[in-house]
Amino acid sequence: MHPIVKLVSQRFALGILLLFGASALIFGLTEALPGDAAQAVLGQSATPEALANLREEMGLNRPALTRYFEWLGGIVQGDLGQSLTNKLDIAESIGKRLGNTLFLACAAAVVSVPLAIFLGLLAVRYRNRWPDKLISAITLTTVSIPEFLIGYVVIYFISVKLGWFSSLAMINETMSFGQKLNAIALPAFVLTLVVLAQMMRMTRAAILNLMQSAYIETAELKGLSNFQVIARHAFPNAISPIVNVVMLNLAYLVVGVVVVEVVFVYPGMGQYLVDSVTKRDVPVVLACGVVFAAVYIGLNMVADIVSILANPRLRHPK
Amino acid sequence: MMKNIPISAAIGLFFTGLYFFIAFAAPLIAPYGMAEVVGDVWEPSSAEHLLGTDNIGRDLLTRMIYGGRTTIFIAAAATILSFVTGTSLGLLAAVMGGWADQALSRMVDLVMSIPTLILALVILAIVPVTVPILILVMGLLDATRPYRLSRSVAVDINVMDYVEAAKLRGEGRRWIIFREILPNALSPLVAEFGLRFIFMVLFISTLSFLGLGVQPPLADWGGIVKENKDGIVYGIGAALYPAVAIATLAISVNLVADWVLNRTTSLKGGRG
Repeated sequence: MHPIVKLVSQRFALGILLLFGASALIFGLTEALPGDAAQAVLGQSATPEALANLREEMGLNRPALTRYFEWLGGIVQGDLGQSLTNKLDIAESIGKRLGNTLFLACAAAVVSVPLAIFLGLLAVRYRNRWPDKLISAITLTTVSIPEFLIGYVVIYFISVKLGWFSSLAMINETMSFGQKLNAIALPAFVLTLVVLAQMMRMTRAAILNLMQSAYIETAELKGLSNFQVIARHAFPNAISPIVNVVMLNLAYLVVGVVVVEVVFVYPGMGQYLVDSVTKRDVPVVLACGVVFAAVYIGLNMVADIVSILANPRLRHPK
Repeated sequence: MMKNIPISAAIGLFFTGLYFFIAFAAPLIAPYGMAEVVGDVWEPSSAEHLLGTDNIGRDLLTRMIYGGRTTIFIAAAATILSFVTGTSLGLLAAVMGGWADQALSRMVDLVMSIPTLILALVILAIVPVTVPILILVMGLLDATRPYRLSRSVAVDINVMDYVEAAKLRGEGRRWIIFREILPNALSPLVAEFGLRFIFMVLFISTLSFLGLGVQPPLADWGGIVKENKDGIVYGIGAALYPAVAIATLAISVNLVADWVLNRTTSLKGGRG
């Protein structure tokens, strides 16, 4: 078998394995910790009889392993169970919200990825001179402030002081694409700021690392211009680390989106998860946790597979 | 060691020290009581209330000082827990090797395959939210990173000649870990400690902001944002002071960590 096919399928299998492991970990945590769904519904002051009755009704008396496989089987078939608090079908609620979240995340990614790579290259080109230092200082500041605070700083200055966009990101199906974009402008801007700094720093580090290789020195000694060295020699080899950086940060975006959605009251997955945690709606928390974990594991897997494919040494096996 | 200290690191050390001093001496410094209502809602800053008052008329400067105390205490405790657990398991895994190393490392891979915030939210949906539980959850979930760093650094050191010599001398595992490996692995670990501390400050602030961290009436920086965020649409910036506090603390600690890391480039471990 071709080594690439072998490596890729190995990585794919590992991803599937991790996905199972993650679902077991999330389910196992809710089992192993003191307190369960029945306790969460009735609160701390519930009588033991009431608890026993509700556990019976919810089927919590059966062995954990049986319930895990039932739950897992449900997920595979797209059945995530029912919410404890409002009895709605979880899969349906998640379906709508996941679309909204992905829309927001994609909008942020479309702006931030090219910008981060451009700024990263710029910082390398002017290494240790003022553009590099300026970019470093700004990114150090943005990585030092939590996402939700960046959100409020942006709301305070852009939405309240300048009055440009609404501080609430309301969105629904009747809106046109343009209206939707307008509604998510601020949260997407905040997410861009959050991942831009990380991505740019990692791009800069990846390329700088590369620039110290012997063949780059050779190219420089040959008398090529700075730009030619970067474009012809450094960039092709930098694709793999850069794609890796981008994917890792998109995975990070998935987490950042949780907090940003809460700030802007955006009807997405993050808001749903946080609400359900507050209400101790365990089935919804489990379902959201698994969806977030799946997206995160999936993006990490794609990152690894792309870097395997982009490695020229693997494309031409001896 | 204190000679040749770069200006950026000196600034970082000064501000980090200042924040820790304020955290320790909060009851002495704060002008009012932590939960004392002393004025109107969202008063602008004045001589009596340097930063104004908050959403129910408490002195904001007092809340910020006590908030810093809570935030820094929780973050420091969680970081220490995470480092003690992570490093001891990491060093043990590196020295023992074999199935123990495999089992621990695969377990860590699994935990790291899920975003920490998501995992923490799942746990906090079940357990009651109290300060000791928060420290435990944050510390244990984040122990994966010191584990990976200490293991990777220790695996490199473990094959050095002087460790080999100690093994041939018949030294026990305890000696190898504490007298041979740990002193040589300390520098990257100290730098990482600073970065993890920052992460913990951001983490606890985020949890409190989401209403799943420090519970009122206790003050903490994330909670102050949550309490005062409704003022923002009226142009009241009370919720933004924690941003300044968190950012300056984070940048100061970062400057110190960078300096520690740069002092020993030969043993640079993985970061992040």
